[in-house]
Amino acid sequence: MKLTDLSLLELGRRLAAGEASSVEAVQACLERIRRLDGRVKAFLLVDEKGALAQAEAADARRRSGTPKGPLDGVPVALKDLFCTEGLATTAGSRILEGFVPPFDATVVQLLKAAGLPILGKLNMDEFAMGSSTENSAYFPSANPWDLTRSPGGSSGGSAAAVSARFAFGALGTDTGGSIRQPAALTGTVGLKPTYGRVSRYGVVAFASSLDQVGPLARTVGDAAALLQVLAVHDARDSTSSREVAPDYLRHLDAGVDGLRLGMPREYFEVEGLDPEVRSAVEAAAAAYQKLGATLVPISLPHTKYALATYYLVAPAEASSNLARYDGVRYGLRVAAPGLREMYAQTRGRGFGPEAKRRIMLGTYALSAGYYDAYYLKAQKVRTLIRQDFAQAWQKVDAILAPTAPTTAFKLGEKVGDPLAMYANDIFTLPCSLAGLPGMSLPCGFSRAGLPIGLQLLGKPFDEATVLRVGRAFEKAHDFVRVPPVGGA
Amino acid sequence: MGASDFQAVIGLEVHGQLLTESKIFCGCSTRFGAAPNANTCPVCLGMPGSLPVLNAKVVEFAVRAGVALGCRINERSIWSRKNYFYPDLPKGYQISQYDLPLCEHGALVIDVDGVEKRIGIRRIHLEEDAGKNIHDAGGGESLVDLNRAGVPLTEIVSEPDLRSSEEAGEYLKALRDVLVYLGVNDGNLEEGSFRCDANVSVMRRGATEFGTRAELKNINSFRFVRQAIDYEIARQVALLESGGKVLQQTRLWDPSRGETRSMRSKEEAHDYRYFPEPDLPPLLVPEGMVERERTELPELPREKLQRFQADFSLSAYDARILVADRALADFFEAVWKHYGGSAKKLANWFTGELQRLLNEEGAGLGTLKFPPQHFAELLKLVDAAEVSANAAKDVFAEMFRTGQPPRSIVDARGLGLEKDTTAVEVVVDAVLAANPEEVAKYRAGKKQVLGFLVGQVLKGMKGKGNPAQVNALLKARLGE
Repeated sequence: MKLTDLSLLELGRRLAAGEASSVEAVQACLERIRRLDGRVKAFLLVDEKGALAQAEAADARRRSGTPKGPLDGVPVALKDLFCTEGLATTAGSRILEGFVPPFDATVVQLLKAAGLPILGKLNMDEFAMGSSTENSAYFPSANPWDLTRSPGGSSGGSAAAVSARFAFGALGTDTGGSIRQPAALTGTVGLKPTYGRVSRYGVVAFASSLDQVGPLARTVGDAAALLQVLAVHDARDSTSSREVAPDYLRHLDAGVDGLRLGMPREYFEVEGLDPEVRSAVEAAAAAYQKLGATLVPISLPHTKYALATYYLVAPAEASSNLARYDGVRYGLRVAAPGLREMYAQTRGRGFGPEAKRRIMLGTYALSAGYYDAYYLKAQKVRTLIRQDFAQAWQKVDAILAPTAPTTAFKLGEKVGDPLAMYANDIFTLPCSLAGLPGMSLPCGFSRAGLPIGLQLLGKPFDEATVLRVGRAFEKAHDFVRVPPVGGA
Repeated sequence: MGASDFQAVIGLEVHGQLLTESKIFCGCSTRFGAAPNANTCPVCLGMPGSLPVLNAKVVEFAVRAGVALGCRINERSIWSRKNYFYPDLPKGYQISQYDLPLCEHGALVIDVDGVEKRIGIRRIHLEEDAGKNIHDAGGGESLVDLNRAGVPLTEIVSEPDLRSSEEAGEYLKALRDVLVYLGVNDGNLEEGSFRCDANVSVMRRGATEFGTRAELKNINSFRFVRQAIDYEIARQVALLESGGKVLQQTRLWDPSRGETRSMRSKEEAHDYRYFPEPDLPPLLVPEGMVERERTELPELPREKLQRFQADFSLSAYDARILVADRALADFFEAVWKHYGGSAKKLANWFTGELQRLLNEEGAGLGTLKFPPQHFAELLKLVDAAEVSANAAKDVFAEMFRTGQPPRSIVDARGLGLEKDTTAVEVVVDAVLAANPEEVAKYRAGKKQVLGFLVGQVLKGMKGKGNPAQVNALLKARLGE
């Protein structure tokens, strides 16, 4: 088995045993990136020097018996939404071209403190707005399973990099499905933790009440190991939870015997649900039954309002969060006579069409005279959606659903039709609006050979159960595969 | 019809900087006068990904102000974003409070021509200050200094209960005194740590509905508050009298021209698109804080003024001077405690010598070199006729300079009054011998000559004479 094909946990074990070095691992990743990323286009920036220096330091710690933790020396990569001190951070936007943050995001600090070398920054939809990476101001990324298709988004570069074995894991962010949907489309594991579980400090904001950081990984165990590094209270984020994280690996293999898994009726009745996706998810449900779980039919009646609710709340917050990109202090400034003109030129050229669309949507929803009918109403519906789940938790331990209605779609297929693109997130949005943990893991392949994702949702701060349920399926039906990109 | 047919209706919005060491949402210093942008960090610069964390001290100070102004303190209040673009506003929104502020429904009592008037306080909320644009930097470019960005402010909004510029001025002064007494604001209008906007409208006397209001901005002195409001009242009255209509506007006070002018109309007014700040949970006042602040509330200026007049039988004038500064009032009481003589006499020393020396040195009470006991001791020496009133002023000046106790100064400089009667008699006899005409006049019934003779004796004694003693001795001798 090639070094790059190992799981993150397995590489950690080999580094601990002295059977591999971090420098070897980083070099293997860099070599693969050099060879294949011209086609996949997962990276916006590869930090060869930095990653190698961190790897050398990690190897030195391993040699002297002072590793920083079980993942010391395991190379990963970051969605380009995380501020990295001294390393350009664009959020996939022209308006931040050339912006070099003077500080690390808390999660970047945590990764560094745990010794994980950072290979570089990954492509994404501009400001995390999109489901295909086609809204990146730089270039779209390709799906390693079929280079003519999208890896999903907005964390599409992260999913593609993990899927293509460029990195042993990656960090993404999920506002309405931006970790889970690309994970589903690339055959990887993507976990969005409970809102508040992972610090948002230093993460370029899209929609503050929804944004959450999480790992993309090759296996459920890898996702658990990365979450362990990230799930720490941060005094710099006032929405960060003080709840102490459990040991996510400890009960990972406890199985699902006796657990009740909810099957939300509304998720299986959606018109656009691809029959192949549907049957793969149903097969996964049947597999859980065999493993001792009880399937419980449930109803989440306000599901149908999630899309509309999300597209009021998220753009409203975004319209405010993106106001700081004004050309005054950092990033792009288009010189123009007069302040208004400078604003207009800078923002006009700096933002892409989707960012502009959402700024306009959000500005409208918050405007005097419309606030009550749109933003406030949406917040009320959001409460109803949250209550749907609260009721479900009376009956079930986790919820099982498809992640995305289809497998990976063609690049260019939906880019001209925002509503069709938005609809790709219908299964991931309710969980985001409710602030719950959700995970996507591979549960099969379509006849065309494209990965299908299974989504598992959990109670607030119960990532441990979500991981455990995911691991049980992965153990019984391993769909962890290396995509065909670049050959074997 | 004339101006007297109209009634002005005024409400003030006061922004007061809270005197915390660090900013409201980050750890940067609030110190005034640092090099431009020296007091900044990713949070107050509005860097991507930065997040606000509330400074707990800010809440404590605002609750203190709310309690002192008789407000209801909301245990739970909400942060909102006020969205607008300006280069001095780093995030493109100001974190403020909108729907549910920290404090509501308070009042401040002011005196208008000797009559008490209660001015309602609608709300007090917290917010962050913006930075400062500098337009005259040269090169045709404007510069931005973000040292002030994120400095904590309270906005104190009055009810439209004020009816004249005098009332507005009284309210503003009383409000400033209270905040300064509480130690939460330095009351400095010129440096911008205490700022005021005024909402002004006029209506015909007897009308029940308020007129259309104008909001006046850029009023940065007490004098300007009155001038700007008077100008605006006159402008609105003239407009209405000539059959015109007052438009809802934001108007800028121009102190150099002494007029207000339109900045933007209602149609051009910003839509701030307020919405709850998702980066901050609701503000929960810590348990016990309101009670603690209520218990530890210092005596406020108004009560202190009344007490000083009542307990010390001071004139309103003296009491006002003493109470204007909480430290001065405290010092007065401390000296009084050790003295116990005439409060009026003590007050004269405060409003006279003490103020004079402090002003001359440009010093504050905090730099005084002597304790209140010494001050009291000096007054006792005067009362006991051990030092003359004139000599006491020299002693005080030296206490002020050196911090030496009064007794040592008196002894060292030989300023004590002569107690040896024989020594006084020698001088008295010499003066009588040298002024036979005056002596004759006195004996002939011109008693007022005595003052001249006393003066001669005191002069001869070079400041060491006790006037009462000299007086008595002279009378005794002349009566022979």
